[in-house]
Amino acid sequence: MADQKMKPIWYFVGLILMAMGGLIVLSGIYQLFNPPAVTTVLAQTHPDIWWGGIMMLFGGTMYLKTRK
Amino acid sequence: MQAIGLAPVDWIIIGVYFAFVLGIGMYLRKFTSSKEDFFLAGRKNSSWVAGIAFLSANLGALELLGMTGNTFKYGMYVAHFYWIGAIPAMLFLGVYMMPFYYSSKINSIPGYLKLRFDEKTRVLNGISFAIMTLLVSGINLYAMALVLHTFLGWNWDYSMWASAITVALYVALSGLMSAIFTEIIQFFLIWFGLFLVSILGIIEIGSLKEIITRINEVSTQVSFTTLWSTSSDPTKNGMFIHWSGIVLGLGFVLSFGYWTTDFLVVQRAFSAKDLRAARMTPILASFFKMALPFIVILAGLIAIVLSDDPRSGFALLHDGGTVNYDSALPLLIARYYPSGLAGLGVTALLAGFMAGQAGNISAFNTVWTYDIYKSVLNRNATDAHLLWMGRVSTIVGVVLSLVTAYWAKSFPSIMDYMQAIFSWVNAPLFATMLLGMFLWWITPNGAFWGLVTGMLSSFLMYMGVKFHWLAESVMTMSGVQSDMATNFWRAWWAWLICASVTITVSTFTKKKPKEELVGLVKGLTEENLDRHLPFVRRPEFYALISLIVLIVLNILFW
Repeated sequence: MADQKMKPIWYFVGLILMAMGGLIVLSGIYQLFNPPAVTTVLAQTHPDIWWGGIMMLFGGTMYLKTRK
Repeated sequence: MQAIGLAPVDWIIIGVYFAFVLGIGMYLRKFTSSKEDFFLAGRKNSSWVAGIAFLSANLGALELLGMTGNTFKYGMYVAHFYWIGAIPAMLFLGVYMMPFYYSSKINSIPGYLKLRFDEKTRVLNGISFAIMTLLVSGINLYAMALVLHTFLGWNWDYSMWASAITVALYVALSGLMSAIFTEIIQFFLIWFGLFLVSILGIIEIGSLKEIITRINEVSTQVSFTTLWSTSSDPTKNGMFIHWSGIVLGLGFVLSFGYWTTDFLVVQRAFSAKDLRAARMTPILASFFKMALPFIVILAGLIAIVLSDDPRSGFALLHDGGTVNYDSALPLLIARYYPSGLAGLGVTALLAGFMAGQAGNISAFNTVWTYDIYKSVLNRNATDAHLLWMGRVSTIVGVVLSLVTAYWAKSFPSIMDYMQAIFSWVNAPLFATMLLGMFLWWITPNGAFWGLVTGMLSSFLMYMGVKFHWLAESVMTMSGVQSDMATNFWRAWWAWLICASVTITVSTFTKKKPKEELVGLVKGLTEENLDRHLPFVRRPEFYALISLIVLIVLNILFW
């Protein structure tokens, strides 16, 4: 235990935002080509793709900066 | 009744969250070997980690749903909870009170009361805090199941047990550290999961200015879009309150009572690595706190505009003829979030509930172990035994929360009583702490009897109004009433009674020698904090910036 350094919380935050952002982007791309029968308001702006992308970018930056 | 439908990708996102928090609990277990690690997260956190956790411990999903709903009901006045009702108290804690807390190396707020006053004051506060924490934790669990059942159609029992077992596991594994880790993850999930509601709402309606204009067009008699300009006449604002009630009840007593003495939040600052980091904890948190209205208040205002526009097709849910204000945020999520994002929105709410639960349980296990078990039941307990007791009390705390949750389910009116509990416990405690920390001649007996009468008077005022023995107008000194105004004024009177009794009894009872109060009372403690640092690195500098931002925000939305 003593010789193992604890990962900072920012590493875990980066990891979970990257994972969730990735899933949301993939879901958005799928819905772009297979539009659902019932759409949400402003669905034409594809918030899942750009918001998921922002999450991935933010999470990815945190992960890369803290993984070592 | 169900508002949000979930697709498989949403369930995967929720599953990722559960797997993550359990995984973190197991990972941190390796680093939790002493009682210091378990109860104070090893006292090694930076001010950023402690600051975000400090804020998140208060940021439960119930608050998010409730405050958005309250904005729909009362208008922008709800922003007072985030600005004048929080920031001055957080800055006061960081600048003036934290040095006494942190330097005395206490493990809890009741621990400070023991050093400053005596054992009986500590035990009284320890027991009342433990009971309050368990009740609040149970009611939160009940409210979570209610929300998940109403908006997602989930089974009551499964929802409560799944989240309670998850919280019990990760808090029992690594104590405060895993509670803090999950609180920080929750903070980011809430911003990413819910801020998009405000962004899409502004895109749909046009602009922030358009939102305010459209609300003002509909409500011409009562203002829903200002903070102070209608506060001199209670009939002109949505909360029906005079500015003096906001300043004295919310801005002074309730706010200072909660942010400076509630161990649930203050415990996060105790986990900081040094005194400067501990002082910076609430100051940094104040900036994030000021930003929260851009999620909750804005969402509430968007809901008002949409519900006033018949073409939008937006309407709050009704429960047996009563408007369900808490449905505003879930309905906006359902309106704007496609599959994937809906899972993120639900995860943000779940994370809020679970982090709130973990915060209550980690505060409970510390107060139980140190201020009740070690102080009264087993004074010779070893460190290893206390660590074991911390883990056992975590499990017991969660089980008792479940019992409270089922109790609340069978007596729904108990929800009502819970809203008043903070003013029963925290408002008088703030008078005791303030007097004790700043006046050396306040005596142990003065503090004890002040606390007893303050708590009792707050309780009696609440019951008096509830069962019509006492007219609300006597308390609020106003012809128009709202629950919120009554809460603010009750807190003020309880504080005043506690302070008066404490001072009076202290005048006639035996004082503690000054030498026993060094490090605990202002004026008897050396004060050269951070003087060696340049001004721009001192906590006072950041507190000043925070105060300026607070003033600018209040002027902008005057």
